[in-house]
Amino acid sequence: MDLTWTPAEQAFRAEAREWLEANVPRPALPSGDTEEGFALHLEWEHQLHDARWAVVSWPSEYGGRGASLWEWLIFEEEYYRVGAPQRVTQNGIFLLAPTIFEFGTQRQQDHYLPRMSAAQDLWCQGWSEPNAGSDLAGLTSKAVRDDAAGGWRLTGQKTWTTRGAFCTHLFGLFRTDPDSTRHHGLTYLMVPLDAEGVTVRGFGRLDGDEGFAEVFFEDAFVPDGDVDLEAGGVLGEVGQGWGVAMATTSSERGLTLRSPGRFQAAASRLLQLQRQRGGDLDDPTLRDAVVQAWMDAEAYSLYTLADVTGMVEGRSPGFRSSLNKIFWSELDVRLHEAAIRLQRGEAEWVTDGDGIENPWLKGYQFSLSGPIYAGTNEIQRNIVAERVLGLPRK
Amino acid sequence: MRFAFTDDQLAFAEAVRDLLANECSPSAVREAWSYGRSDGRVPGLWERLAEMGVVGMLAPEGTDGMGMSDVDLVRIVYEAGRAALPDPLAAVAAVAVPTIRDHVESSDAELWLGRIARGEVTIGLGLRPNAAVVGAEVAAAFLLEADDGLHLVDADVVKLSHRESVDGSRRLAVVRWNPSPATLLSGGEDAVRQAHDRAAVATAAELCGLADTMLEMTVGYVAERRQFGVPIGSFQALKHHLADALLAVEFAKPLVWRAAYSLTHADPDASLHASMAKAAASDAARVVGAQALQCHGAIAYTVEYDLHLWLKRTWALVAQDGDGPYHRRRIAEALAL
Repeated sequence: MDLTWTPAEQAFRAEAREWLEANVPRPALPSGDTEEGFALHLEWEHQLHDARWAVVSWPSEYGGRGASLWEWLIFEEEYYRVGAPQRVTQNGIFLLAPTIFEFGTQRQQDHYLPRMSAAQDLWCQGWSEPNAGSDLAGLTSKAVRDDAAGGWRLTGQKTWTTRGAFCTHLFGLFRTDPDSTRHHGLTYLMVPLDAEGVTVRGFGRLDGDEGFAEVFFEDAFVPDGDVDLEAGGVLGEVGQGWGVAMATTSSERGLTLRSPGRFQAAASRLLQLQRQRGGDLDDPTLRDAVVQAWMDAEAYSLYTLADVTGMVEGRSPGFRSSLNKIFWSELDVRLHEAAIRLQRGEAEWVTDGDGIENPWLKGYQFSLSGPIYAGTNEIQRNIVAERVLGLPRK
Repeated sequence: MRFAFTDDQLAFAEAVRDLLANECSPSAVREAWSYGRSDGRVPGLWERLAEMGVVGMLAPEGTDGMGMSDVDLVRIVYEAGRAALPDPLAAVAAVAVPTIRDHVESSDAELWLGRIARGEVTIGLGLRPNAAVVGAEVAAAFLLEADDGLHLVDADVVKLSHRESVDGSRRLAVVRWNPSPATLLSGGEDAVRQAHDRAAVATAAELCGLADTMLEMTVGYVAERRQFGVPIGSFQALKHHLADALLAVEFAKPLVWRAAYSLTHADPDASLHASMAKAAASDAARVVGAQALQCHGAIAYTVEYDLHLWLKRTWALVAQDGDGPYHRRRIAEALAL
């Protein structure tokens, strides 16, 4: 057991901290899930990319620094510690990119990855459908073979697509074998949202931002494989989409989407709030809730260090990533609940007297989505019970 | 950065697990409950643990110890919890030994450490906020906390007033004694604080072990037990209870292991880390115990079934050395909240 960082890792941290402190926009940007905020976040993404901080763990030819998993964790810690903007590119760089690295052809990697890290292509995830949420394998959007054109014709609807109204591309699952059911006969496709036959309609989320979209496909064309990269294509084998998608799922549930740094940063802001506001409160359970939330963030960070140790030594967390997902999403809710309890009557204020957004209200509403997206926590508990504890499925 | 035990540490823990599987079976734990027939320990087992080096792990090699660290030991104490070992391993090996090592004058320390490491004697541990000492009847001496610090006191100068524990293997006594400068250890407040931290971390490790066994027993039972024509473990309500139980203990363990690391390296935040470990482990074991009982159903509400042996130890240890709210208050103070 060695809980220290090497001199090289410390130097990496210092470099990241210095750059972030000098460059993070002040005051904080408005939410990236609105049209105006998204544009400002794009500028920030371009700035990150130019300084090679956008995708630190990627190889340099795709815009990264070839950073180790440890350095990536350090970067994330520093990123959230300084209060840097949300990553509007995250569904591309954290969800699609690992899948392209694993399943993409060389041509696909060379085309999509640099454009993604430079925030030229902005990706949203097209999985959920009106009647396929937790039960993703029940999806009905289909891709019909068009031999003459050498590709697929898409019809159907995706929904609850985060930032779909602002993105340029969608990756998603479509049924390519009309005789298949459930997780068979699905294919992982990549589609530009400006393709003919694709319509995007944004709609408001619980927190008021236009962060969601529904995406309609009416005979939209996607070419085979990697023959015409600009027009989209197939990732992995036709009919093997489920397996390809599951690689992404474990990224989303586990570490890469929600590194500990963001929760530790929020927890340390919560401690500040308790110091400012906690003294004159008459609720003795509140300080206990604040301590518990801070401890949970610490526990998640340590759990992650153990997880990453395992990954570095070749032990995959496998289905245990569902434990992560339950823990971080519920700790985020508890943390923000404690904060809005501390704010008492002011908790409902969207902005203060100076027009500054109330970050705790925003964060609280966002935290409530955590136990729902990336597979509801009820589904995750089933996975933990069946795949980790080994309880009978039926 | 490497947050994991070494292969050697895991191999040693495995060897202790094997020994306890043979020598500390549920029926051996049950036997330790027999008043009159038993002194609350498993006959012969302490000597075996001493032979393996477990009891004197933290004692220097010159005193028949192994000169090892709190990190080496914490994984072993966890195994003791898994087996619900009734013998006072956490108190003696994880607290009394390092306290005597660090704060008793060298010739006396050598004498005591050698006798402890060879398994000849045990020490009764009387730290605040605990109300009584476990294994008081068989202790050769007591490490007791008073307002001016820690004292090492011979058994023949204390008065014991017995208390019956809900866990019949815990032979409790309230210890009455008169502190004197002759028995006072060096180290003052630091020694007291270190002893508290070590006790909290060791008890936390034991609780994680108890929790893991209760969870395993429950998983095994609900996969076999059939109602409505199916194993009850296939019902989603039980799955979610047990997923929550696993979640609680899996996110407590890293705090416990980290606290042991901080003790080993005399980290300035060691006390904070010890409190986090005990708060999390107490709450996790409480949750796991409650779910284990509920998911078993009526079978576990009997003294014939083994679960109650683990459950009652858990109840006792949740409060021992400070429960969740006690430690969260200490954490709040450390964080200036």
